[in-house]
Order: sequence, then structure tokens, then C-alpha cells
Amino acid sequence: MSIEGKMTNPRPILQFLSNQTIEKIITEARDILCKLGVEVHNEEILSMLHDHGAKVDRAKRRVLLTTEVIDKALKSTPCSFKLYDVLGNETNDFSGYNVHFTPGSAALNILDAKTQDIRKPVTKDYIDYAKIVSQLKNIASQSTAFIPADVHEKISDSYRLYLSLLYCEKPVVTGAFTVDAFDIMKELQIVVRGDEHQLASKPLAIFSCCPTSPLKWSEVTSQNVVDCARFSIPVEFISMPLSGFMAPVTLVGTLVQHTAETISGIVISQLTRPGTPVLYGGSPAVFDVRYETTPMGAIGTQMIDCAHNEIGKYLGIPTQAYISLSDAKMLDAQAGLESSMGATLAALAGINNVSGPGMLDFESCQSLEKLVLDNEICGMVLRLVKGIEPKEDFPALPRFEELLKEQHLLISEHTQKYLKAELYFPGRVIDRANRARWQEEGGLTLLRRAQQEVESLVENYKPTRLSDTAKVELTRLMSREARRCGMPSLPETTV
Amino acid sequence: MDLLRRISEALQTGSIEKVATLTKQAIEEKVVPRDILDKGLIAGMSVIGDRYKKHEIFLPEVLLAAKAMYAGMDILKPMFLKDEMPTLGRVVIGTVQGDIHDIGKNLVGIMLRGAGFRVIDLGKDVPPERFIEVAKKENAEVIGMSALLTTTMPAMKKVIELVKKEGLNGKVKTIIGGAPVSAEYAQHIGADAYAYDSINAVDCIRGLVQKP
Ligand code: B1M
Repeated sequence: MSIEGKMTNPRPILQFLSNQTIEKIITEARDILCKLGVEVHNEEILSMLHDHGAKVDRAKRRVLLTTEVIDKALKSTPCSFKLYDVLGNETNDFSGYNVHFTPGSAALNILDAKTQDIRKPVTKDYIDYAKIVSQLKNIASQSTAFIPADVHEKISDSYRLYLSLLYCEKPVVTGAFTVDAFDIMKELQIVVRGDEHQLASKPLAIFSCCPTSPLKWSEVTSQNVVDCARFSIPVEFISMPLSGFMAPVTLVGTLVQHTAETISGIVISQLTRPGTPVLYGGSPAVFDVRYETTPMGAIGTQMIDCAHNEIGKYLGIPTQAYISLSDAKMLDAQAGLESSMGATLAALAGINNVSGPGMLDFESCQSLEKLVLDNEICGMVLRLVKGIEPKEDFPALPRFEELLKEQHLLISEHTQKYLKAELYFPGRVIDRANRARWQEEGGLTLLRRAQQEVESLVENYKPTRLSDTAKVELTRLMSREARRCGMPSLPETTV
Repeated sequence: MDLLRRISEALQTGSIEKVATLTKQAIEEKVVPRDILDKGLIAGMSVIGDRYKKHEIFLPEVLLAAKAMYAGMDILKPMFLKDEMPTLGRVVIGTVQGDIHDIGKNLVGIMLRGAGFRVIDLGKDVPPERFIEVAKKENAEVIGMSALLTTTMPAMKKVIELVKKEGLNGKVKTIIGGAPVSAEYAQHIGADAYAYDSINAVDCIRGLVQKP
């Protein structure tokens, strides 16, 4: 054991950039922010930046940042933070090379389980989704994965957070579509935690906030950054440069832009409240000039994601990326290959919050069947990054003596001790039967197995342990919000 | 005519200067301006559109060709009455209220201009009334709306209702696009057309403005 104790192997790590390249990218990005600046469509933020010494052209809404402002912001950005579930238990530790998966968020459509065609999701779909995510072991947090279309559009962003908090204990990756929506989305979280301070000390949700490429912040998304900072709610910056279209065609050029846009977000959040937890995130994509699309499954997209994560790590900030997803339209081989390629690369690169499971069609469609398959992919890659470690393997002689004597090691003590930790056993969605047994059990396709898994998870769901008082209060707040938009009542839900 | 064919070919290779020189030459040689436009510039763009559809060329080549076309049009403009280029039609476009996604809408605008339409781009986060106001002012044949959010799709319906309310129904056609919408949604809200990408938008709008 003493030899083994010292013999830890390196975690497998994927790296694209040398420190020299990273430093050059950051220098160029800072230069852009100080010389070309960033456009901010938000008076309050323009004033704040001006007060901190940035040069502001009000008419053009353009801000030239200074090195001092940038340094100050980067210095106050936390190098790690944690998320806690609705009960207050720690679930996500965003630090080092820790990897956590979260479903792709904010889809426009759901792939219908029966017809396998897209449609607009409704409350029941969302509840099923939350029930499923509660039970997926390799998915650390839930995301507000799609927008139920059976409520007024003004509350559709907050309503999905409400359903998430009601039906699933996991923390939430979410986002607001308007400035106004932030308020109720914050209130819902406070109901769960008790008060603002407890929410700040145990973050429950992360808000995705997007700059607009190139180098711009819209009023809505920049105000969301400020509002989150005020309540110490973590933000993930989702810069989305499109290589060859709204960004240079080269991966390095795109990274320079991504770095500049993300640092500009960090400046806004850190000047508002130093120490606000943030994820150095993104959803960059190469632009497909044949189809006018933003492929998330493209290898170039995934390389940019891994590399921007290296830059974030270099700056000492935890990271995020939209990477383990596919542009396929259904649960086919393309869906599997693009998602698993992305998940594998993400895990090897040590991206801390990996967004994507369940998602198809350029971030526009969630599939519950794909989600349960992706959960298996996540399980496999989480095993992958645990690497290969000796586990009472030395000296080897006694084990082989045992094998020769017993003729197998199936019930050896060593096997019993390490079987489940060493070998990853996927769930029923992954076919591991021999052909005859597979045939006898119905000869089910992947889609059929995934459908069965979805049905069984929905059936086996157990209500969350959030207190009834909190659940009632969540419903009261949400119903009040619905009434404000002219909806007399919320769609039927049974908790 | 050889010169017009050369203009079209130069345009197809994105040769900005060559298109400009040949357009000047055509004017000097007293070719009818309308022919230079239709049989030279627009004919070239139409080939480009077809080749793009077939994936023989990619978006950058289309944009280069469009740029070459604008170079030719700039030279041609003074040849027309009141400096007004004949157009295939006037199209008011914008991303609807509450929505800041404008990449797709911008591409549609570029392609429409390239195809010979006059495009009035209202930008993003455009209030419903503004579409109507500008369509009236510009005497537009088409209003084109883009939406990328589930929450902003309903704004399209408001514009279409306003088109009816203002008595523009029939006179002004409407087309919608963007990831959350579909042909069914277009039908549902009473839009005249739906397009799934920029080149499809050009085809649909051509259809909308064609006089019966
Ligand atoms: C006039 O006639 C016509 C005819 C054809 C027309 C037409 C009009 N309009 C479009 N077409 C058609 O032709 C075009 C050319 O081929 C096509 O246009 P498209 O726009 O479809 O295609 C473009 C060429 C490329 N595609 C795109 O540009 C859109 C790609 C995705 C990934 C996307 C992007 C890039 C962005 N986004 Co956002 N974004 C997504 C998008 C996912 C998706 N699948 O669409 C979507 C739409 N966004 C979303 C969200 C949530 C948001 N985004 C936001 C911001 C952004 C960026 C700024 C980062 C960036 C936009 C930059 C810009 N200048 O537009 C925020 C929006 C705030 C607001 N109020 O508007 C924010 C709310 C995020 C936040 N919390 O900050 C999601 C929608 C959620 C929903 N259910 O409604 C989303 C599906 C991604 C996701 N899953 O999160 C066709 O649709």
C-alpha cells in the first residue's frame, strides 16, 4: 500500500493552448477593451463604469475600459464557488478540474416522445423533465430546459424556475428573458432559502447572461448581470462569437473576442459587487456558411469551448461551456456522436459546468429520451476522468495466485471491493446484452429503450423534501405573478 | 449582349472593381440602364442565389457578389429618375419587440438587397406600431419580421393585427422567420409566408410581390 499511496497517476487533461498563447490572447483582448471598447446599452452601467475611470461616450454608448478597471475586476472574481440544492446540501463544487453536467437550457421545442416530432412544450412536459432530472445520477444540476407554452409569455421564464424548485431538489441553471423577470426569479429562490443572506451564502441558481457579439451588452442581459450581482447570485457569461461571421474565422481570433466579451461581463459584475461568483462560460460556435447555422456539435465549436475554458482557468475563474449537445434532429447516431465527443472533450478539459445534455438542433430542442441517453454518456466520461489508479494491485503476485487457484475472480474480496468503483455500469438505455437475449427482451432500439427509461423514471419519482410551507409560498408568488399578466390561474400541477 | 454577360460574370466572381468598370462602360455605350440592372447585375445575383442553394458556393461568395452588385448599382443610380433605382419591391424588416437576436434578420436583409429589393431595416426590439408606420411611409409591399424567443413570437401576431386594423391587408404582405416559428405558426397568426433561411426568404418574398 505504501508504494501505491505515492503512485497517483495524472488526471487525463486535454490542453490546446500554451501559457504563452493564453497570455497573448488575454493581452490582445484587454487591448481591444481599452482601445475599441465595448458598447453597453444601459445608462446605469455606463455611469458606474464612468465612476470607475472608464472613458464613456454616452451618445455611442461605448466604453473604453482601463487596465486598472480590468485588473480590479479580475482580482475580485472568486476562484471557486459552490451550489446547493433546495435543501441546502452542497451539490456542485466549481473549482479546479471538477466537472458537473447540466441539461442544455431554454429550448424552444420538445421532441415529442411518441411522435418524435417537435412541438411547443407545456407544463406537463416540464414536470416530467424535472422528475427525470431528479433521478439522473450523472446530471448534477437541473437547468430550466425549455419554455412551457401554456402560460403567458411574460412569466414563461420565471414559471419554469418555479416548476423546477417545486419538483426537483437539484440546483438550477437558468436565466431571465427580460429585466422585470429577475425580481420574481429572485423571490422564488428566497422562498426556498429563507432570506437574501442565506441565498447569498448558499447559491441555488446560476443565471446565464449573454453579451451580444461583437463586443456589446444589451440592456436586458447587462441589467440581469447587475441584478444578480446585487444579490450575490452567480452568473455564467455566455459569449457567443460565431467564427467567420460575427467573429474572426480562426479559432484563436474567436478566442480573443470571447475573452474580451467575457472580461467585459466580469467587469460589470465585479464593479457592481466585488466577489460575485461567476463562471467563465460561453456558447461560441463556428458559423456554417453553407446552411446559415451555428453548429454546437462541430469539432471547431468544441475546440473553442475547451480552449476558452483554459483561458478561464488561467485567469483563476471557474468555467462553463455549451458543449455536450448535438445538432441532429432526433435521437440518431449523429446525436450520440456529437454529444459524446463534446462531453468527453469537456471532461478532459476540466470544464466545471458542462451544459448540453438532452439538447438537439442548435440548442433549440430538448428530448427527454436523449437526456436519459446523455446521462449515460456523462457517467462514462465522469469515469474516464477519474483515470487509472492502482487499487491494491501491487504486489500483483497474490492476486494471480488466487486466480490460478480459484480459476476466476468473480467473488474475490478484491473484486467485491472494487467492482463498482472501478468499472462503470451504464443503465438500461445502453445495450450490453448478447444478441439472443436482446432479441428475447424485445429487440428494442435505442429510442425504445430510452422511451421506457423515461416512462419508468416519471413513474418512480418521489416528491421533493422541500417543506410544504415553501411549496405553498412558491405557488402563491407564482400565481400572483400570473394574475398580474392576466392569467387567472396557473395550469394544473399536482405536487 | 456580351457586355451584360461580362457584368454578370464579374459579379459572380465578386470582382468589385471589374463590375464598376464594366457598368461605366455599359453606360458610356448607351446600354439601357434598366437592362444593365436586370440583365447584368440582377441576372448575376440570380445565378449566385441558385448556386448557393445547391451548395456549389458558400455564404461569403454570395456576400462578395452582393458587394460587387452594390458597386454597380451606385454607378447606375444617377441614370434613373430622381436617383431612384427600380426595385423588385420594398420590404420593411425588423426583429420584433423584446428580442435582440438580429443575426438571421440581418442575413435576410443582405440577401434581399442582393436580389434587387429595397430593404428598410428597422433593427431589433422593434415595437409593432413602428413596422406599420414605416411600411406606410415607405409604401412597402412587404413587412418581414424575425423572432428568436418563445416569448417574443406573439409580437408578430400584433403586427399582423395592426396591418388589418390599418386597412393595409392585401396591400402589405407579411412574412415571418426565426427558430421558434414555423409555416404552421405563420398560418395560425395569418402571416402570408414563412421562410426558413435567407435564400428561402428571397424566394418567398419574390412570390409575395409578384403581381397576379
Ligand atoms: C423577414 O423574414 C424572415 C425570413 C427568414 C428569417 C427571418 C425573417 N428571421 C430569421 N429567418 C431565417 O433566416 C435566417 C438566416 O438563415 C435564420 O435566422 P436564425 O436567427 O435562425 O439563424 C441565424 C443565421 C443563426 N442563429 C442565431 O443567430 C441564433 C442562435 C442562438 C444560439 C442564439 C444566439 C446567437 C444569441 N442569443 Co439567444 N440564441 C438562441 C439561438 C439558438 C437557435 N437555435 O436559434 C436562442 C434563440 N436564444 C435563447 C435565449 C434564451 C437568449 N438569447 C439571448 C442572447 C443571445 C446572444 C446575444 C448571445 C446571441 C444573439 C446575437 C445577435 N446579434 O443576434 C438572450 C436574449 C435576450 C433578449 N431579450 O432578446 C437570451 C434570453 C439568453 C439570456 N438569458 O441572456 C434561446 C431561446 C429561448 C426561448 N425558448 O425562447 C435560444 C433557443 C438558445 C438557448 N437554447 O438558450 C432563419 O431563422
